[in-house]
Amino acid sequence: MASGSTNGTGDAAGKGFNQPGEVPGWVNYALLPALNLVAALAVSSLVILAIGENPIAAMGVLLYGSFGYPEAVGFTLYYTTNFIFTGLAVSVAFHCGLFNIGGEGQAYIGGLAVGLVGLWFGGAPWPVVAIIAIAAGAAGGAAWAYVPAWLQAHRGSHIVITTIMFNFIAASVMTYLLVDVLIAPGQQSPESRQFDQSTWLPFMHQALGWIGIRIPNSPLNLSFVWALVCCALVWVLIWHTRWGYEIRTVGQNERAAVYAGISPSGNIILAMAISGALAGFVGLNEVLGVNHRLILGFTGGVGFVGIAVALMGRNHPIGIVLAALLFGALYQGGSELAFDFPNINREMVVVIQGLVILFAGALENLFKSRVEALFRRSTRQPATAG
Amino acid sequence: MDYMTLLSVLDGTVRTAAPLVLAALAGLFAERSGVVDIGLEGKMLAGAFAAAAAASVTGSPWLGLLAAILAGIALSMVHAYATVTHHGNQVVSGMAINILVAGLTPTLAFAWFQQGGQTPILQSGERFQSITLPLADALGDTIPVLGPLYREVISGHNILVYAAVLAVPVTAWVVYRSRFGLRLRAVGENPSAVDTAGISVAKLRYQALVICGALTGAAGAYLSTAQGAGFVRDMTAGMGYLALAALIFGKWKPAPTLAACLLFALADAVQIRLQGVDIPGIGIIPVQFIQMLPYVLTVLLLAGFVGKAVAPKASGIPYVKER
Repeated sequence: MASGSTNGTGDAAGKGFNQPGEVPGWVNYALLPALNLVAALAVSSLVILAIGENPIAAMGVLLYGSFGYPEAVGFTLYYTTNFIFTGLAVSVAFHCGLFNIGGEGQAYIGGLAVGLVGLWFGGAPWPVVAIIAIAAGAAGGAAWAYVPAWLQAHRGSHIVITTIMFNFIAASVMTYLLVDVLIAPGQQSPESRQFDQSTWLPFMHQALGWIGIRIPNSPLNLSFVWALVCCALVWVLIWHTRWGYEIRTVGQNERAAVYAGISPSGNIILAMAISGALAGFVGLNEVLGVNHRLILGFTGGVGFVGIAVALMGRNHPIGIVLAALLFGALYQGGSELAFDFPNINREMVVVIQGLVILFAGALENLFKSRVEALFRRSTRQPATAG
Repeated sequence: MDYMTLLSVLDGTVRTAAPLVLAALAGLFAERSGVVDIGLEGKMLAGAFAAAAAASVTGSPWLGLLAAILAGIALSMVHAYATVTHHGNQVVSGMAINILVAGLTPTLAFAWFQQGGQTPILQSGERFQSITLPLADALGDTIPVLGPLYREVISGHNILVYAAVLAVPVTAWVVYRSRFGLRLRAVGENPSAVDTAGISVAKLRYQALVICGALTGAAGAYLSTAQGAGFVRDMTAGMGYLALAALIFGKWKPAPTLAACLLFALADAVQIRLQGVDIPGIGIIPVQFIQMLPYVLTVLLLAGFVGKAVAPKASGIPYVKER
């Protein structure tokens, strides 16, 4: 609610999120995220202790449950796919100094668009459907992000609040559509009919089966490949195009951008539209890849995980893939955890997620200033001695 | 719609509005001091869980309320530590609290009560009971229009509803008439001026967040130990965000915020009445459209299409002395 700048996150965030300090890169991109993760896991361990379980044994089960056997890896990567999309979405907005909390709603509406493609193009071969669905998912997510972006750019409405409101509006719209409009005839639960099987995005075990590689069945599907492509596209966009340069300039210093002839409002809208489009691709995985129909609440909080992923991954695609993998492992391992420990349920993972956002985002200065000070002292010493 | 139906809708409005009012006033203290708080939702949820858990174990709703207030304050202090002491991003911190609590409450409930993430259903002695105000029945039968209004809408709520009603003038007095309030408003508009006057910005913001935490805790206690009878996961269901919307709608002022809470609660009460009702000339209005109304209105307001909402100038910006 900084009225001085139209940025969603204000000045401090812009600095914290992407400006390298005086320390070498590995401190910023590896040591600090690692410290944040350790802190989050340490506090989670206290919670596990408080409920009377052994945190080390629990972490062991979590790790085994996520990577211990081939099937688990498939599930882990399936969750990872969603988190790459939403993590990229949040990061593109961050680069423009905007905090997009609306990933959840954008993914929901993007998924709706993907679902409509699935319903309308029954009988069409999957590659055709996939391409149309990619365009539709992007359009749906971008459209849902466009309105808050436009309001931020031209009316000064705070993007954090409007995107929160749009999450709720999306939820209401989707409930209405699924309960009253798209519900399959004769169906009790609010979900659409199943798409024609020809339109389904192939599962990874099917796709790899075509070239003779056999892996166990899992919900992992080809949208994972698209997620990796999106990482590359975002990397090129942000660091190797004029658009990305302008987005970053607006994000770092809006006034400087204006002096350089860069339009903040145009770039706010552009960044948010790209952000929304990326979030919209969640539908590709969930709707076209796994559920093969539109169901209520298929997003299940992935938009919020994206915040943790972007913070943890330092807004860089490689970091985001790693952070998404971490959260994919947490979500997959979490169900295993609930299975093995009578006192732990799946929500334990959400605790870790909240703590990661706290330490990597809100408390980023806690370790940062100390590490930087430590580093400065250690580099200065030889100079004074010699 | 006859008079008794109208009264019952108004009664429902008051019941829904009470926690919104408490949470929105909590947000008012935080944001007036210059700290954006989207963590109202999480603090309310923590309050709801703490109240139900403590009431269930001790058998006293008052100890439940105390536990809720302490839980709210504890989370508020996390927010203060991150955003005031360490100048962290306020929105990120609020989000972290919301997500943390959304995970923590069912986890603890699951481990402590073994009922799938809920607390045991509270007995009547463990909850806040409704209070019949003096003469409610006598007046309700004798005085025509106002009597039933008094009996149905004004009387018969639990103590927290009356506390919420009382909290509005108290907040207005504190914010506009007390020394603390003057400083609070100043620190939200121009912290460096307050700092120059020799008053600690950080201390004021911490104080504001203590009040904020206590009020959100009470709002949560209302949900689980007064309106409901126990904690169920995600029982706030977006009410904290709705309170935030009401605060914006009320332009960060106590009385208009109360009005916004009542408006949103009325929309909710009407929505329950309208479910499946065929209105002549309009047909059946899907409930979802009424449910989204508060959010749409808030967006329109923020866009300046319905009035104009101007936030406290310094809200959202961490205060750093050297800047």
